[in-house]
Amino acid sequence: MTLNLTVSPDFAPDHIAGWYFFNTWLQRQLGNAVHLELYDSFEEQRQDLRAEKVDLIYANPYDASMLVRELGFEAIARPLAQPDETIIACREDAEFESVEDLQPGTRVATTSDPDVHTMGMIMLEPADLDSSNISIAQRSNYVLVAKSLLKREADIGFFLKAGYQDLSALIQNQMKVLVTSQISVVHHTLLVGPGMREQIPLLQERLLAMHEDDKGRSVLESLGIEQWESMDRERTEFMIDLIDTLIP
Amino acid sequence: MEDQNNDDGRIVTITYYGGATREALIVDHEVPYPDGKLIVSRTDPKGFITHVNQAFVDMSGYSREELIGANHNILRHPDMPAVAFAGLWETLETGTKWHGYVKNLRKDGAFYWVKATVIPNIRDGEVVGYTSVRRKPSRSKIRESEELYETLK
Repeated sequence: MTLNLTVSPDFAPDHIAGWYFFNTWLQRQLGNAVHLELYDSFEEQRQDLRAEKVDLIYANPYDASMLVRELGFEAIARPLAQPDETIIACREDAEFESVEDLQPGTRVATTSDPDVHTMGMIMLEPADLDSSNISIAQRSNYVLVAKSLLKREADIGFFLKAGYQDLSALIQNQMKVLVTSQISVVHHTLLVGPGMREQIPLLQERLLAMHEDDKGRSVLESLGIEQWESMDRERTEFMIDLIDTLIP
Repeated sequence: MEDQNNDDGRIVTITYYGGATREALIVDHEVPYPDGKLIVSRTDPKGFITHVNQAFVDMSGYSREELIGANHNILRHPDMPAVAFAGLWETLETGTKWHGYVKNLRKDGAFYWVKATVIPNIRDGEVVGYTSVRRKPSRSKIRESEELYETLK
């Protein structure tokens, strides 16, 4: 039986090849065919998750909550020292220096990335801004969020910190960061579905040792991950509880 | 509450629900909430702290060792009326989350305002503790809360 692997649509475009390498590595470790399905849209991916079409997923923390609590998935690993943090940025020549300088009517460019959007909205609260007094335009990736700022179509943009850092120096030099989240304990995780539970011990063992050999290390490098570290149930539940406090 | 004034603040005896008391230094100085940070803690079902993050340590002024095992009411500022927390336990008992604006007391007697959210940690149907996440509130919400709490004392 072919297993289905997917990745949260907020993955960096530079890592697409890396996920195909990971897919191949996974097939060798499990001795099983694995099909990688990449999605442009979070909603389309969620529909397939609910239709039980996915066995393995590298998920953002927001979706991890739904996967564990509603669909019986289990988190088995996360990248070492790679928390998901959010940046709010504006044009370099903008008149505001902090979030509290922002006024009602602010135009926000965001993505459909649920974690980044939620955290971005939370970081606007000190300025008394919420969805009732700002305008929000959704873009399909962080490059387009940055372009919205530079073309003066938006005043501020929400970015995954890693996505912001992946922007070219030319673009970054025309922007400034108003605030960066420092949460530390929210991160992407690799989760397996109920149908793969028996393979968890083998998979976890191989993942945690992946950085120890040349082939594994080279796949990890192509994903921008140093090494995997294990996730147990309580660590996962802790992260999900935290996310639950942030959801309006 | 009994007050004793001195030059650097006042010593106040705080009486908790249940009758326990402690003396605390109160200084009229606000420490601003740091941008972008979340203060995170967990307690057991009785309110004793089991986990704090670094932002909690930094803002409270206590060491991690002092916080773990302490009751969460170690943060209770005497300006917070008991009634402000009245809905907290009722809300948590229904399995839902509680939000509120809270003035917290630091070890050095200064204070900081937070927007707090508390949720019950439910495992296999049992409440095994509570997670509390605090974030930066707006100045207007702080002003509204100060005015409201003044009327509730």
